[in-house]
Amino acid sequence: MTLALYVPRRSPVHRVPAGVKLLALAVLAVVLFAVPTLPMTGGALVAVVVVGLGAARLPVAALARQARTVLWWLIGLFVFHALFSDLPTAAVTVLRLLALVLAAAVVTATTRVSEMVAVIERLCSPLRLFGVRPARIGLVIAMALRFIPVLAERADRIREAQAARGGSARGIRGLRTTVAPLLVQLLQMAHTVGEALDARGADDVPPARGRRSPAPAA
Amino acid sequence: MRLGRQERRPEAVADPTRGIELRGVSHRYGDRPVLAGLDLHLIEPRIGIVGANGSGKSTFARLLNGLVVPTEGQVLVDGLDTRTAAREVRRRVGFVFQDPDAQIVHPTVAEDAAYGLENQGVPAPERAERVAEVLARYGLAGHADHPAHLLSGGQKQLLAIAGVLVMRPARVVFDEPTTLLDLINARRIARVIDELEQQVLVVTHQLELLESFDRVLVIDEGRVVEDAAPHPAIAAYRSLMERR
Repeated sequence: MTLALYVPRRSPVHRVPAGVKLLALAVLAVVLFAVPTLPMTGGALVAVVVVGLGAARLPVAALARQARTVLWWLIGLFVFHALFSDLPTAAVTVLRLLALVLAAAVVTATTRVSEMVAVIERLCSPLRLFGVRPARIGLVIAMALRFIPVLAERADRIREAQAARGGSARGIRGLRTTVAPLLVQLLQMAHTVGEALDARGADDVPPARGRRSPAPAA
Repeated sequence: MRLGRQERRPEAVADPTRGIELRGVSHRYGDRPVLAGLDLHLIEPRIGIVGANGSGKSTFARLLNGLVVPTEGQVLVDGLDTRTAAREVRRRVGFVFQDPDAQIVHPTVAEDAAYGLENQGVPAPERAERVAEVLARYGLAGHADHPAHLLSGGQKQLLAIAGVLVMRPARVVFDEPTTLLDLINARRIARVIDELEQQVLVVTHQLELLESFDRVLVIDEGRVVEDAAPHPAIAAYRSLMERR
């Protein structure tokens, strides 16, 4: 399981600031809903694919993977609109959704998590007036992305350990016997993570900080 | 006037020649004593700490960079009290945990290596340079943008070490750094530790790791029961374990 979808490349799209890419994504969404025509949605889809595969030099698999995740939604929407509206509406709806999903995939594949988080922190900066530290919000988001796969791995290990001893991970009982040990492990881990954050200076607030600048490209 | 925050105290002056001093240190979790009566001066470049499970080793290690503050006594790092100058102490004493999964807090390798430097307010260009250098040193340069959770166990431990060393601490505490690793990766981590310029304090069950060390402490039931060169200390530890 991976939540990190960034594909490292040296491309003009990768160099565009994260804020600009997110803004472009939002504008695209508004335009596609404001102008629901076949040429517009079809053209947008072609443009997104050209930008993704051509300008950003992403592998086809990076976009195909995202398209596959919404495949059944696309089919369902197409059938629904074909039955209850008309074929052009069905085509526009499906092309619009696909264009937006692929555009989002291009943005995530060409933008480091730290750059996204930096944008979120900038957007949250007015909350400083209420005593909120935007850097903390950014850290929480980054840690969520980091630890969701770890959590999934731990849950798998518990299920395997139970299966190895003849237990079943299915049904309500399986859920109960997985959740309890998983919670215990997570609480223990949370304690150590807290210590690790302390050890690495999480409470240090450098004078120039406040906004978390993107992680360096190594 | 009550001193509620360390910032209100007069600035303590660090003296790097003083090493780590434990003065009358005891620690308890609730009613349960964990460490008792520790008076030590840790100045040697390589110090090992061994002991049975539950003997207090990990608490001892956490005392050394202020993650745990003793319930009695003082821990001084370069003359700085961990009770009143915890942040400065943590900048001086890096800490590598047993389980790297709990130490890696960012989704990708380079982002995680940069985390401590961000906290220190290191400017982005210098951060980039230092992260690239430390990742290259530990063979992780090719993984800079990869998800951290896809690394192997050995690579994760190397990343955890890189994330600490990039902050350039004067001393590094390792809490059982090879326990979760196979033989090849354990040896690799041992080599990494051996090559460090910093003062190193290692809690471990891997006794061969300590053979080249300057000093080994044997902890049992919260007390230092042997404090000697590696060979006599390890012999005393084996003898202690055989008597159990």
